Amino acid sequence: MSGNINWFKYSSPQTFFPLAGRLASWFGTLAAIACAAGLYLGFFVAPTDAQQGEAYRIIFIHVPAAWMSMFLYLVMAFWAGLGLAFNTRLSGMMASAIAPTGALFTFLALWTGSLWGKPTWGTWWVWDARLTSELILLFLYFGFMALQAAIDDPRRADKAGAVLALVGVVNIPIIYFSVKWWNTLHQGASVSLTKAPTMAATMLTGMAVMAFGFWFYSIAAALMRARCIMLERERASDWAADYARGSA
Amino acid sequence: MGKKAGTPSLEAVDLHCTRGERKLFGALNFTLRSGELLRIGGANGSGKTSLLRIACGLLEPTRGEVRWAGENIRRLQEEFWRQLVYVGHANAIKDDLTAAENLHVACTLAGVPRQPAQIGEALRRLGLAGCENLPARVLSQGQRRRTALARLALSEAMPLWILDEPFAALDAAAVEHVQDLIAEHLSRGAAVILTTHLEAKITAAALRIDLETS
Amino acid sequence: MLAAFRCVIHRDLLLAARRSSDVLTVLLFFVIVVSLFPLGVGPDPALLRTIAPGVIWVAALLASMLALQRMFASDHADGTLEQMLLGATPLGMTVAAKVFAHWVISGLPLVLISPVLALQFDFPQEFLGVLALSLALGTPVLSLIGAIGAALTLGLRGGGALLSLLVLPLYVPVLIIGAGAAEAAVSGLGGKAQLLLLGALLAFAGAFAPWAAAAALRISSE
Repeated sequence: MSGNINWFKYSSPQTFFPLAGRLASWFGTLAAIACAAGLYLGFFVAPTDAQQGEAYRIIFIHVPAAWMSMFLYLVMAFWAGLGLAFNTRLSGMMASAIAPTGALFTFLALWTGSLWGKPTWGTWWVWDARLTSELILLFLYFGFMALQAAIDDPRRADKAGAVLALVGVVNIPIIYFSVKWWNTLHQGASVSLTKAPTMAATMLTGMAVMAFGFWFYSIAAALMRARCIMLERERASDWAADYARGSA
Repeated sequence: MGKKAGTPSLEAVDLHCTRGERKLFGALNFTLRSGELLRIGGANGSGKTSLLRIACGLLEPTRGEVRWAGENIRRLQEEFWRQLVYVGHANAIKDDLTAAENLHVACTLAGVPRQPAQIGEALRRLGLAGCENLPARVLSQGQRRRTALARLALSEAMPLWILDEPFAALDAAAVEHVQDLIAEHLSRGAAVILTTHLEAKITAAALRIDLETS
Repeated sequence: MLAAFRCVIHRDLLLAARRSSDVLTVLLFFVIVVSLFPLGVGPDPALLRTIAPGVIWVAALLASMLALQRMFASDHADGTLEQMLLGATPLGMTVAAKVFAHWVISGLPLVLISPVLALQFDFPQEFLGVLALSLALGTPVLSLIGAIGAALTLGLRGGGALLSLLVLPLYVPVLIIGAGAAEAAVSGLGGKAQLLLLGALLAFAGAFAPWAAAAALRISSE
């Protein structure tokens, strides 16, 4: 072991806490810049769509939010699995810190999908394969958060959440394909959200920039939340008490 | 590793246990060798049951580990459990099964299925003659405890017994029976851990750990 | 190892036989939920015929949810679960035995009565077999997935509602494919693809769910 950097050093809450604080503010700033740039590209630079008019511009929020919602579940399951495998306290905290942000993006994807659906399809909700999968993903996030909220002992909450997140991650592809299949059986050729006619390069750039903005935001929000969870759980320890006294 | 001759020893190394906010105990060390009895004392809420649950691998200690024959029991898993009898606070008795059926299930789960004759003999030894085929629902609290403890009479081959308040709810005669079972087992070279409030004759000669309430 | 597996199944079936009202409650719940639908949507035979597989499947999902809470609860309460955790048999095997017994008690009766309920919906007789077969393959998957949820929520307050929140989203593929089997058979496509997929799901869940549930049980009983 000697001579190596001790990577596990940062898995202890005490050393991670100040680092998380610094990282959170950096990523928060990056997120604000990227979102401002992305929204500018999306709302002012990208051309008006020939078929959908201005209403299509909601995809600059909708599509990156949908990406993030799925990506964050994977990240959450990754941390959860790490926590189960190595029994590190920090991993469980990160998983619980990510869940609300993931649920937020899932909700945002559903909400903007519905707002987009009204002018485009003339209805607030269609049982489109993607929307339905997002809805079930939202339930999975809610289940994860509800399970953790129902358990008082943080260690059990972390582990139980981890098992659920891993079971969920195994199921997501099965759910996605079954919903897609169901959708094609019942609706024939369906309107798909991504089948936008040839996208202009500026549109893609706008979406990519927004996706980075959301990504940075997720990192910042998760780190901030992880800091709160750390303080709460470690309130009996000296460093947490020192911090609380210092900031009071 | 392989099993050496004689009973392996159970070793607790630097055990810490925190339940929720409360620190129950810390830096606890002990070694239990062949033929030894360990009695864990302490007031209610001092962590006796938690210590027993850690010792049999149901509960993960906050820090430290328990070793059986030098290996962490959380890695050994079934290999350790096959050599262990744990009689907990709860009797693990089903109301809708008869005493004999309950005992049969308990033995089969432990990996040592027994014949009805042996089960009847064990129940008789604990003073439950005539109750074999009664549903556990009609048994008294003490009789249920005896049914749970009758497992001990069928577990001579298990080198480690961990008993949580074995004498609770028992009358004087039954306490005598159980003490005899424990003494016999110790003389066979096995090890026993128990918690009890009772100053019984076998526990006088035991190693002792007294947990303090913090 | 097999002795313990058989013993657990035998014990759970014996317990169910001695307390048969539990089994009947789930079955009656299933029958009543299915019978409520015509009252809700109207007695139009054409409509009923279309929705029959979906209604029966959703009702089976709910009935299986109802029974799930009992899967580990009583063993947890009386300490038998601790003995299973410390048993000589790998816990996944014991869980598999319990899930199987649970399915025999709460899933199999639904499968057996489903053709009668389908007739109430004027479902074509020649496809009753496909419907029952889809339930026979699908309800064990529900029990297997449900076991994970039941193990995770063991001893928690608000267990029942929480359990539904955890488990129902995971039931979606089984519902879609299961209900799809009978629908496809009626529409002339034949439900073979769906039945094969259900079989695949069953094999997959049967291989992994008991171990996940076992891990969850260890976490819940710390």
